[in-house]
Amino acid sequence: MLKITIDGKATQVPQGTTVLDAARMLDISIPTLCHHPKLTPFGGCRLCLVEIKGIPRAVTACTTPVTDGMEVTTSTPQIEQLRKSVLELILSDHPNDCMLCESAGDCTLQELAYFYGAKGSTFEGERRVYPKRDGNPFLERDMEKCIMCGRCVKVCDEVQGVGAIDFTYRGFKSKICPPYEEDLNCEFCGQCVSTCPTGALTGKMWSLKGRQKDVKEVDSVCSYCGVGCNLTLNVRNNEIIRVTSKPDTWNEGWLCVKGRFGYGYVNSPDRLTKPLIKKNDTFEEVSWDFALDYISSKLKEIKKEFGADSIGGLSSARCTNEENYLFQKFIRSAIGTNNVDHCARL
Amino acid sequence: MGPGGIASGGGEVLSAFETLLKQSNLSAEIKDRCSTHKVGCLGMCSMDVLVDLFIDGKKTTYQKVNAGMVQRIIDEHIIQGAPIAEWITDEEYDNFYSKQIKVVLSDCGVVDPESLASYVANGGYKATDKVLKTMSPVEVTDVMTKSGLRGRGGAGFPTGLKWETCRKVPSSQKYIICNADEGDPGAFMDRAVLEGNPHAVIEGMLIGAYAIGADKGYVYVRAEYPLAVERLSQAIKEATAKGFLGKNIMNTGFNFSIKLKLGAGAFVCGEETALIASIEGQRGMPRPKPPFPVFSGLWGKPTVINNVETLANIAYIITKGAEWYASYGTEKSKGTKVFALTGKVKNTGLIEVPMGITLREIIYDIGGGIEGGKALKAVQTGGPSGGCIPASMLDINVDYESLAKVGSIVGSGGMIVLDEDNCMVNIAKYFLAFTQLESCGKCVPCRIGTKRLLEILERITKGLGREGDIELLERLSKDIKSASLCGLGQTAPNPVLSTLNYFRDEYEAHIRDKKCPAKVCKDLLTYSILEAVCTGCGACKRACPSAAISGDKKKPHKLNADLCVRCGACFDVCKFKSVTKE
Ligand SMILES: Cc1cc2nc3c(=O)[nH]c(=O)nc-3n(C[C@H](O)[C@H](O)[C@H](O)COP(=O)(O)O)c2cc1C
Ligand code: SF4
Ligand code: SF4
Repeated sequence: MLKITIDGKATQVPQGTTVLDAARMLDISIPTLCHHPKLTPFGGCRLCLVEIKGIPRAVTACTTPVTDGMEVTTSTPQIEQLRKSVLELILSDHPNDCMLCESAGDCTLQELAYFYGAKGSTFEGERRVYPKRDGNPFLERDMEKCIMCGRCVKVCDEVQGVGAIDFTYRGFKSKICPPYEEDLNCEFCGQCVSTCPTGALTGKMWSLKGRQKDVKEVDSVCSYCGVGCNLTLNVRNNEIIRVTSKPDTWNEGWLCVKGRFGYGYVNSPDRLTKPLIKKNDTFEEVSWDFALDYISSKLKEIKKEFGADSIGGLSSARCTNEENYLFQKFIRSAIGTNNVDHCARL
Repeated sequence: MGPGGIASGGGEVLSAFETLLKQSNLSAEIKDRCSTHKVGCLGMCSMDVLVDLFIDGKKTTYQKVNAGMVQRIIDEHIIQGAPIAEWITDEEYDNFYSKQIKVVLSDCGVVDPESLASYVANGGYKATDKVLKTMSPVEVTDVMTKSGLRGRGGAGFPTGLKWETCRKVPSSQKYIICNADEGDPGAFMDRAVLEGNPHAVIEGMLIGAYAIGADKGYVYVRAEYPLAVERLSQAIKEATAKGFLGKNIMNTGFNFSIKLKLGAGAFVCGEETALIASIEGQRGMPRPKPPFPVFSGLWGKPTVINNVETLANIAYIITKGAEWYASYGTEKSKGTKVFALTGKVKNTGLIEVPMGITLREIIYDIGGGIEGGKALKAVQTGGPSGGCIPASMLDINVDYESLAKVGSIVGSGGMIVLDEDNCMVNIAKYFLAFTQLESCGKCVPCRIGTKRLLEILERITKGLGREGDIELLERLSKDIKSASLCGLGQTAPNPVLSTLNYFRDEYEAHIRDKKCPAKVCKDLLTYSILEAVCTGCGACKRACPSAAISGDKKKPHKLNADLCVRCGACFDVCKFKSVTKE
């Protein structure tokens, strides 16, 4: 264990802990924009600069590993001034159209600008102008709002293993985009959207559906497959307008394209909500009890007349392990045949 | 021949000698004893092409030679034995070299860079032999520490300490990297070494690898140096073939191999952590230190990165001893340093001087003073990370500490001489435009901050400067320096701060009076015609692209300021100095 003192508070942390993590363990808050706890440290936004005794210049807490006996100061007038300058520089190249931004109220940049009283007018100058022109069906990419924190690049590479986007160009014109600035053509997991601290990346179908403060969060489990990722349904006026996931779930907040963007079926008029039985060539709605009784009697009939092996069961990858276990138990014990299989084998 | 010599026609001069020597009616005896050699850059670009003629050990140097002069040199000097006095180098040439002390460049222009045999004949690989056969790694790092050698890539970090730190890190795999990315605008020190004596760099790497315990090395060289790449690849190939690189070098059991990696021309890839990322196949973006590369560098392994010039010193220090090297220079800055002397000085070129020499000696004794009898205004050192030293401080010693004290740096060795015709705001703007374009974009203060600095400088030079701009420049510069991630951002504001420090009045003149005292900033100039002097020749009228000048023949002409686009064509063309520029 390594001893460290931050703002006068002493603690001990294991080897490999960063100064930022140590501070957070002590409930000392240090502002960050590019940091994400699950991604490798970047050190680009420069907001987490702290002073460390014995090191002549301020260093980034997110990248500096604790060494034994370290003494850290997280806030001095000089450091706060630097943080404010950094925020004001970001704002000088930001559309500042929070009125219309999907992420207003759920934006780290907005939050920090507020607390630091950072103005967009201190360093006025040229702004990057990029048309929003990505034709993909899922992700809205408004690169004028991008602050180049690199979180999307890293989540795509380190978590998703895809590497669909990266930094391009140099200087003021640096930009994050897919190869050759083409439209995004990836898995559309939206992991990048979930890590973006600004309104640069959002879901196309979220547009104008509601701000985060208007949303009721309902925790649920994804029904698309047996993995069972934890979801949070963002509900407004009894309609799911967005799906997110929390970092403290077993899926660590990561989702795939289906879980994140495939919620449209919930309110679809085409969706079946009651069982249908075909009578005289047309489907008629019946109750669940009626449908189950009907199936049970039909199965019994078939078994009696043709034997158990005339029946086979095929279950779904969308069921959980437990459900699949019960299904094979049912086919083997209740029906009495080994004719059971699973769509994932097909 | 470096690119300067080649551009001035070195290739043609050489082939003229080769063909004419074959044709001329020399006796068979002389023909056999006669040979031509292509050597590396001699340094004095302004006198290119230089030809050294050795007859019975006596050297004569001809300057500004072209292919047309070769026949006469052969006929009169080589055959008849009568040197051609008017073509031989003069006093200027001797002065250029007399105050220089050549260590790194001592064999540049002497050995044939394309021949291992030539290097060995000049004492090459003797240091390697000594190190591998008689010295322990600690003894090697000790010699480096005692010599006082400091990194020539810009930061001046003690080489012995760097090697010793890396040597002590336990690891089964270590690397040594030669930083040959030389990206400072106007710098060509490393290029001259790579092109003039590539084996010296290889030998430095080999000795460094032995000292730290590395068996693999990389040379990261910019692709814009094709000749350096070619000579280096050839040198590595030849050294490998002759057993100076590879397995079991000189039967000592030591293994070391070198790979070349070409940089795609990003200035920031000269920064060591960005360079490592680039070798690893990632985008060249710096990462914060610690951890330093000596602990975790290439592929996470302990790595020493040294500059070309640093490495080219090593073999000489081993052969001649630490004390010999430390006898040059000052207490804290030992040895010699190569500078690329450019700008408004008479003798431009590559020079090697002992640390601690005064700026005055460099500019007036070696450089021959200012061109055209103009007044010296300042000397810019250290490239885009450096600063301007005003003419009043000409007696300053050129070493790490003294230059840092006045707000500049030795840097990698750029030295640009500025005279009264240089606008200091414009100089700062030039460097800022460079650093802004080359910022990797990773961190906010550098990516956006340098852009804002540049915009302020641009508006000042356009006559749109505002009250408060100077204070804004100062404040923003300080924030960028303190908050940036790597050396690029941390030093990018230096050209602004140092010109503000010494030439604040020029900034004020631009902002308050909307005047450029050096008459450089186009938007602040007014052209007019002195009617009393004008002869009405009409040259200016014909030269003006925007029909701003009117007047009848032999009558004084008039210039309409509203139509003038300030191109200066009239000013340049008037033979009677009747066009004025204010
Ligand atoms: C923006 C930037 C560019 C650099 N470019 C070079 C370069 O072109 N060549 C070089 O040798 N060092 C360069 N350096 C310095 C290297 O990071 C490093 O300090 C040096 O290669 C170490 O070698 P030395 O100790 O022998 O000087 C650069 C540093 C920065 C911050
Ligand atoms: S798009 Fe968002 S996550 Fe990606 S770099 Fe820009 S601000 Fe960061
Ligand atoms: S200081 Fe500039 S070059 Fe260095 S990491 Fe930051 S943005 Fe990149």
